[in-house]
Amino acid sequence: MNILEILFFALSALAIISAVMVLISKNPIHSVLWLILVFFAISGHYILLNAQFLAIVNIIVYAGAIMVLFLFVMMLMNVKKDKEPQKQLWVKLTGVIAGGSFLTLLIALVKQNTSFQGRDVLLKDGSIGLIHPLGQALFTDFVVPFEISSVLFLSAMVGAVIIGKK
Amino acid sequence: MPIEYYIFLCLTLFSIGVIGVLTRRNAIIVFMCIELMLNAVNMLLVAFSKMNYATAQTITPNTTAGIDAQIFVFFIMVVAAAEVSIGLAIIVMIYRNTHSIDINFLNRLKN
Repeated sequence: MNILEILFFALSALAIISAVMVLISKNPIHSVLWLILVFFAISGHYILLNAQFLAIVNIIVYAGAIMVLFLFVMMLMNVKKDKEPQKQLWVKLTGVIAGGSFLTLLIALVKQNTSFQGRDVLLKDGSIGLIHPLGQALFTDFVVPFEISSVLFLSAMVGAVIIGKK
Repeated sequence: MPIEYYIFLCLTLFSIGVIGVLTRRNAIIVFMCIELMLNAVNMLLVAFSKMNYATAQTITPNTTAGIDAQIFVFFIMVVAAAEVSIGLAIIVMIYRNTHSIDINFLNRLKN
């Protein structure tokens, strides 16, 4: 077992355990903090895949901006942890069973598929995740979607302000 | 690293997100689970891009195959950031009107 496999399994275990903790922690603030840990584990996976630009963007945008927004809203609302309503036990059980059968179905489908067998993912090598090729592709082939996304941000900003002012 | 390991990891994360949406009643936690599902899909896209790059690299060493997937992940992050700002604004507005973020209050459209 080389160092890359050890890193892969450690990051996977961290991501899955933190994702489960997001669900089962009673205090919503703790849920947000666990979700930040999930995002850091996913960024570690990106670095392992040598997608360095996406790793940094994931940390800045998700762990930095979006989760701070969540924390901010949660502290504005001042939600008490004992006030949070719980679903009945059978609803929770049904949800877990439904999600588990969904997971089992998808794993069975992937196991059956022969086109994934013997295909390997290139770890730590390859230059497509670096900032130079990505920037070149973004400003030549994908320049129109890039400009349209600025319009999307403008409309999101206007929409958030209008909703917040009511 | 076989691609199947990455697929299984991302499927597990996605299913945890689905279970969270089905079992929690706090609207913000439900929203966070949707973010978790988006991130699982992002990681699967990056893994597939490196898989295609590994195959294309053996034929032409200087290829840029698989770069589209990483651009796609970038755009998914852009759309997710816009979506979060609108969604949190809606949740704050609901909290101001009903003084609760329980999603079971949101069944008024039914009647």
